[in-house]
Amino acid sequence: MSEPIYVLIDHGQGQIRSASWEALRMGQRIAAETGGALHALLLGQGARGVAEQVAGKACASVIYCDSGRLAEYDPDAYAAALRQVLEADRPRLLLMAHVYQNIDLAPKLAAGMNTALVTDCIGFRSQDGELTFVRQMFRNKLDAEVAIHSPHPWIVTMQSGAYSADDLEEGQATVHERPVSLDGVEQRRRQLEAIEGMKGSVDLSKAGVIVGVGRGIKKEENLEMIRELARVLGAEIGASRPVVDNDWLERERQIGSSGQNVSPRLYVACGISGAIQHIVGMKGSQCIVAINTDPNAPIFNVARYGIVGDIFEVVPALIKKLKERA
Amino acid sequence: MKIVVCLKEVAGRDTRYRIAGDGRWIEESDVSYEINECDEYALEEALKLKEAHGGEVTVLTLGQSRADKSMRKGLAMGADRGIQVVDDEGKASSPHGVAAALAAALEEEQFDLLLAGTQSDDYSYAQTGVILAEMLGLPHATIVMEVDADPAASTLKALREMESGWFQWVQMPLPAVLTIQAGISKVRYPSLKGIMQAKRKEIRQVPLETLSVDWETVPRLEVRRLFFPEIESKAEMLEGDAEAVAAALVEKLTKEARVL
Ligand SMILES: Cc1cc2nc3c(=O)[nH]c(=O)nc-3n(C[C@H](O)[C@H](O)[C@H](O)COP(=O)(O)OP(=O)(O)OC[C@H]3O[C@@H](n4cnc5c(N)ncnc54)[C@H](O)[C@@H]3O)c2cc1C
Ligand SMILES: Nc1ncnc2c1ncn2[C@@H]1O[C@H](COP(=O)(O)O)[C@@H](O)[C@H]1O
Repeated sequence: MSEPIYVLIDHGQGQIRSASWEALRMGQRIAAETGGALHALLLGQGARGVAEQVAGKACASVIYCDSGRLAEYDPDAYAAALRQVLEADRPRLLLMAHVYQNIDLAPKLAAGMNTALVTDCIGFRSQDGELTFVRQMFRNKLDAEVAIHSPHPWIVTMQSGAYSADDLEEGQATVHERPVSLDGVEQRRRQLEAIEGMKGSVDLSKAGVIVGVGRGIKKEENLEMIRELARVLGAEIGASRPVVDNDWLERERQIGSSGQNVSPRLYVACGISGAIQHIVGMKGSQCIVAINTDPNAPIFNVARYGIVGDIFEVVPALIKKLKERA
Repeated sequence: MKIVVCLKEVAGRDTRYRIAGDGRWIEESDVSYEINECDEYALEEALKLKEAHGGEVTVLTLGQSRADKSMRKGLAMGADRGIQVVDDEGKASSPHGVAAALAAALEEEQFDLLLAGTQSDDYSYAQTGVILAEMLGLPHATIVMEVDADPAASTLKALREMESGWFQWVQMPLPAVLTIQAGISKVRYPSLKGIMQAKRKEIRQVPLETLSVDWETVPRLEVRRLFFPEIESKAEMLEGDAEAVAAALVEKLTKEARVL
């Protein structure tokens, strides 16, 4: 019988994060294919209530650690708690969602335990008794199958959306508290205030039409053409992150995981490759048009209409056509 | 403040990737290399901190011998000196290995702050900086978009990017490790004077073999296979010259999708 698989479940305000449900789903899949019992693991203060929300899903048990030191995220306390559980139980895998908190936590845990971490995975393969993981590399343009050479537990973070929480199998798991001792753990990092950074003059969430511009625009001066297209379409301008990072447009116009979520009736993506961090912010658009010189750009996966072409030719032609129509 | 910045050299932004013959890496023959995007932002932040508080900026890299080109650019932007761990065989290509080697190379160094990038543009592991922090026994914060250091009080505040446009301030004592996110500020270009001066700045080369790392015990990730993702496009592709596709698109958007 294989050693167990653990899944770390993140939560906030009594709610389980959707990406953690997806990680649990991946855990169910790996357990089904490769054997081993699946256990969910939660950290927090008064975590029992949230732990009980997981008990209705198919897994062997739900384990929670309850401590005042786990009330808010602190990397030292969180890593120490996880380490105590993992060193006692020796699972072969610890799965978790690739969310900001775990990007901060997982490498610390992996370094402390001297075990491997594979981040942002979109799938796994089990072949000849070996488990490998699939993840994106090279600016999301290539996929890689990664094999691990390390003692257990291997730590694996999952990309949001790679598995669907709708596919979770139901079940009935027992809920246990696991005592951890965090008294000796010094708190070096303190959490101060949280601020909302996207508040500004533009609210893209209400826009009916958005022209999205990406690094394909090449320079700030070239944005004039995009502004013109937005004018004739009566659209707002949105952008991928690098355009904003370069200061070519205001931060509030950034669309994606660290920007705004939009769902206009029409989204025209100009020179945007379609990295997952961008897609999550605009995939709810009713109709997506993608214009890109690279026929393999993943933006075409979410588009209804695609044009393999140069924005410096297609956009002016489009402006002309739209003007004629008006 | 003494600041160390991790700079990784990666295939440039405009690379048209091709898969190498062994199916495990990209074809490198016609690739041009540059500094990893968020590392350049990390260096910019270090230079700003030096301007504000005085001190020294050291750039640190591990890679093939050719990586001295990126080191020189870092020095031309204003870093004072460089440390280059030379690993021509790619022995230390996993996060634990890279971090162990960088930590060993820093043994003789004293610093208040170590900056790395959030993630590399080749492996995209998003873990090396934090592993390094843990190996050095230092506190850390990731995906940082603003740094407010108080070297006199030996403390620092960092603004962490969170999901959906939220940010979180955290505070920790120095020395500390931060991973810097792209977009933290506008990256400077090297000046002509900077480029001239860089030629005379020191780059200390450290062969990987001379570092005390027990490679047998270092967890390792192995890229078994590298491939283009399957395109699952259901998009209707419009073909023809610019005029034709523009006309077709307007027609489709008006009559079929009815979104105009
Ligand atoms: C923690 C984290 C958070 C992130 N959050 C976000 C986020 O919220 N939003 C976001 O967008 N990104 C985010 N990113 C960045 C994301 O991973 C990608 O790097 C980014 O989305 C890429 O932007 P892009 O498509 O404009 O650039 P690239 O990937 O460089 O793509 C440019 C595209 O333009 C095409 N092109 C070039 N020239 C032309 C031309 N003349 N005509 C037509 N097409 C052309 C190219 O073929 C290419 O597909 C985040 C990354 C991290 C690590
Ligand atoms: N070979 C290297 N040399 C110097 N710094 C590195 C190296 N590899 C990774 N780093 C640093 O660690 C960060 C994260 O890398 P990664 O964990 O590969 O995503 C990078 O942005 C660099 O700052």
